[in-house]
Order: sequence, then C-alpha cells, then structure tokens
Amino acid sequence: MDWTALTLSLKLGALTILVLLPVGILVGRWLAYRSFKGKAWIEAAIALPLVLPPTVFGYYLLVTFGAASPLGHLWQGAFGRQLVFSFEGLLLASVIFNIPFAIQPIQRSFEAIAPDVREAAACCGMTPWQSLRRVELPLAWPGVMTAMVLSFAHTLGEFGIVLMVGGSIPGETRTIAISIYDRVQAFDDASAAKMSAFLLVLSLVAVALAFGASRRIGRRFG
Amino acid sequence: MRGLGVSLHQDTPIPLAVDFACAPGEMLALVGPSGSGKSTILRSIAGLYRPVRASVQVDDRVWEDTASGTHVATWQRRVGLVPQSYALFPHMTARANVEAALGDRAPARATKRADELLALVNLHGLENRRPAELSGGQQQRVAVARALAREPDVLLLDEPFSAVDKLTRGRLYQELAGMRTRLAMPIVLVTHDLDEALMLADSMCLLQRGRILQHGKPLDLVHRPATVDAARLVGQRNIFPARVIGHDAAQNTTILDWRDYRLEAHHQPQWPPGTDVSWLIPPSRVLLHRRDRPSRGEAENPVTGTITAFVALGDATISTVRLDGSEGRALTFHASRHVAERNDLAVGVTVGVSILREAVHIMPASTPARRG
Repeated sequence: MDWTALTLSLKLGALTILVLLPVGILVGRWLAYRSFKGKAWIEAAIALPLVLPPTVFGYYLLVTFGAASPLGHLWQGAFGRQLVFSFEGLLLASVIFNIPFAIQPIQRSFEAIAPDVREAAACCGMTPWQSLRRVELPLAWPGVMTAMVLSFAHTLGEFGIVLMVGGSIPGETRTIAISIYDRVQAFDDASAAKMSAFLLVLSLVAVALAFGASRRIGRRFG
Repeated sequence: MRGLGVSLHQDTPIPLAVDFACAPGEMLALVGPSGSGKSTILRSIAGLYRPVRASVQVDDRVWEDTASGTHVATWQRRVGLVPQSYALFPHMTARANVEAALGDRAPARATKRADELLALVNLHGLENRRPAELSGGQQQRVAVARALAREPDVLLLDEPFSAVDKLTRGRLYQELAGMRTRLAMPIVLVTHDLDEALMLADSMCLLQRGRILQHGKPLDLVHRPATVDAARLVGQRNIFPARVIGHDAAQNTTILDWRDYRLEAHHQPQWPPGTDVSWLIPPSRVLLHRRDRPSRGEAENPVTGTITAFVALGDATISTVRLDGSEGRALTFHASRHVAERNDLAVGVTVGVSILREAVHIMPASTPARRG
C-alpha cells in the first residue's frame, strides 16, 4: 500500500472540495436563478470536462500551466517554481476538471427551490445572505452534498489529467490512481489489488453515504 | 399621506396602468380575470417586480420611485405577503417559519412572539409541525402568522383562499374578518372571486389587462358598474342597448326606449334625452309573474317571453327567457326553487316578468361591435 500516494490523494480531494464548494454554490446559484443570453454557452463550457477525453483536457491544461504560458510564467515569477508537475498545479487542474461535478448538482438543487419560497424569505426581511444561509442552503443541501462527494470521489479516481499535468512525483503529484498504475507496470499485483480494493470500498461508502443523507433530508422536508 | 399609495405604468411586457390608494385598516380587493395584472401589482408593491414607471409609497416612506431612481429592496420593506402557494419554508416547523420573519430578536422572545401569533391564527399546539404535516388551511394560517410577524406596514394577500376546500375557506374568511378589526394597516387582497371580494373588502378595484376599470365600494361596483366592460367583469348578464326618451323628475323616473318596450328606470338625469345608452338589470331583480293568477307589481316594466334555458342549482334556479319582439333578446332571471316549481318553470314555457325599475342601471353605450 502506497500510503504517501493515498495521503496525497485524500489531501488533493479535500482541498479540491474546499476550493470548489464556495465556487459551486456561487456559480450554481447564479446559473439557477438567472437567465441571460449565452447562458447555454457557459453551461456547455462547464460541462466540457465531462465529454472531453482526459488526455485532451490534460493536454490543454499542460499547455495553459506550462512555463511558456502567461499563467505558468506568472506563477514562476511569484513563487519561484513551476506550476506543472507540482502539487499546486495538480490542485488547480483537479479544481478545473471537477467543475461540472460540483456546479451541476448544486445548480439543479437551487433550481428546485420554488421562487416564491425565496421571495417569501425576502418578504420576511432576510438579507440575501440570510436567505442563502437559512433557507436556500438547507433546501439545496442534498445537491451540495452530492457535489462534494462526486468531486471527492472523482479526484481520487482521476488518472489521465493527473498524469498529463502532474506526472508521477512521489509525495508531490503521485496520486493513488497513478500509484496503482505504477504497481501494475512493476508487476506488483498484490499492492495494486490492495489499493484498488481500498479505492473501490472508499468510493462506494462515500457515494452511499451521500445518497442516504440526501434521501433523509428529502424525507424531512416531505 | 397615510396608508399605501401605488402608481404603476408600463406598456410591455405586462401592460400596467393603475393608480390607487389604500388607507390604514382598509381592505382593498384587486379583482379581475387571470392575466389582468393582479399578482404583478402585488409583487410590485413588495418590490419583487419593478415596472418601468412606478411609485409605491407607504405613509411617508417611499419604497419605489422610478422617477428619482429610488428602489428599496424587498427585505428592507416591511411587507407581509401571503402568496397563493403559501411558500412556507419546508425545512422549518410552523414556529420556525414565523420566527424567520421576526428579525433579530432574542431567541426566547422570538419563540414567545411566534407562539402568540400562531395562537392568534388558531394553530395553538401545532407549533412543532412542519408544513408537510399541516393541512392546506393550516398552512395558509401559518403563512398569515408569518406575514404578521414582520409587523408589516402593508399586508398583501395573493389569492390566499384558492388552495383550500370550501368549508375551510368559510372558516378562514371569518378568521380574517375577525382579525381585521385588530389590524390597522392597509390590506390588499388579490382575488378572481367576486363573492370573496364582496364578503371581505371595503373597496374594490376591477382590473382588466392591467388597467383599473372601476374603483369603488364592492356592492356599488356590482350593481352600478361604470361601463359595459366593468358590468361584464362583475358577471352581469342582462346588458342591453337602449335610448333615453326623457325624464320625469316628479315621478323620479327616467324613460328608456328599448326597441319594443318602453322601460321605466329610477331617475338618472345625467343622461340627456336622445342619448344612446346601455342598461343592465341584475338577474335577481327580474321578478316572475305568477302564472296561475295575476298579482300586484305586474305593471312595473312587464315583458313576456319563452324560457329557452332552465337550470336548477340547489335551492336556486336560473332561467333564460327569449323575449317576445325585441329581436329575440335573452333575459336571465333568478327564482328560488319552490317558486320555480309552483310556476312549473321549464324550457318552452311562456312567462311574464317585471324588470324592477329601482335596479335598472344606465351606462354609456357599449361599442357598436359589442352592442346587444
């Protein structure tokens, strides 16, 4: 068992969620409530990571993050190290490829809140922030939960993009998925099997817990 | 100014041209068919909709004034809204729903006040139920309690009785009527139910396509609509064209030429002789002549005809009579069931009726296309 890779994967997953949660809530809510010209294009762009092959997506991220790119250049100037093949670069890539998994469930759950319930919150004297905290988020919670679990599980399992952007540097960019691949390459079937089984159980438990929690909340609201 | 003053004007997307006021303690009903802009007006008062040109003022506070660019956000307006669907917060108990509108009070005080308000709407004992565990009528009452918790400057009721059964509705009417005596704020009630407005409201705005056709006391609007359009909206069916022949002030009479009939109405001198007008008679003010023997009162605007439609609705009956002569005009009248049975009313029967002169109401002639 490659504990370093597992810890790295868990850390990557947790940080991805941490970054994506506020983004998902803000963007998901915005898309749920507003209609405007070009909304379909924004939604299509958000869904892109779902349909693009990971290698294609990873290639573009690699180009965008590379030292020759403005972003890579800026990063290098600010932190004195390159963005690609670093944990930070991997985190950024992870955040980007998880965008649809985070935003879509949250958007759907905000869309499901009846507009007159939101209006009632305003009529009760709640500021937009209070309305979000006391009415909208509790109602959208199943979607937020789903978004977090999907993003986390997806981060643990992502392979192509990680390999393209991060490579396989132990303790820096070698995630558990990459580690499993490495073990298989090295004919270390026992380790690969152990890690695969662990990932399988972890994913199953996480998703089952999320579904269960969503249903419990759904029942509570009748 | 005391009370609510509203002025909303725009051409698109929803046409609006309304100006009205509602005094503290007054209940104003906005009545009209669907699509007449009733709910949009209510939403504009709450700040949930912003017409192109709008002014909404409560006492001395300006909530909306497009001329000066003033817009107070909904959450900053003290407005109590009871929406058609109640829009209770589904994840909160009845008590928490009411507390949500109480602002930043200390929790203990908020709970006490919420329970008081729930008791006021007769929901004592149901404080811990969630909306899904309450009946439609109970949900409506939570919504009223929540609206009152805001200590609103204006109370807005958007078809609040449309989603409850008839029995519950009757009880809620009584409750609202009772509560009204204790509330000293303008109350605006949106409804498409004329009877509801007649029962509850002090005044009434009749709306059509975003315009006020008439504003006045509910009974006046029903019995004395200003125009043929307004008359049709309040459900008047006996509307006919005629010409004013003359007036007899001494007899308190205005005389109309209604094709084959000479019709006497109570004195309405604002219509000069020779004017083409429309007139109406409520179906309840057309009196059936007894068919077995003559009776008193038959001299009052008597007309005869043949019943072409007869419907019994519980204890009441509605008959439509095609009048002899007069181009076969149809006159509708109401009779109680026992009167109908005693007189053997049925389709094909010839009857005589009197059009009561006191109830003949004259209006401007309708446009030629709608004439008759």
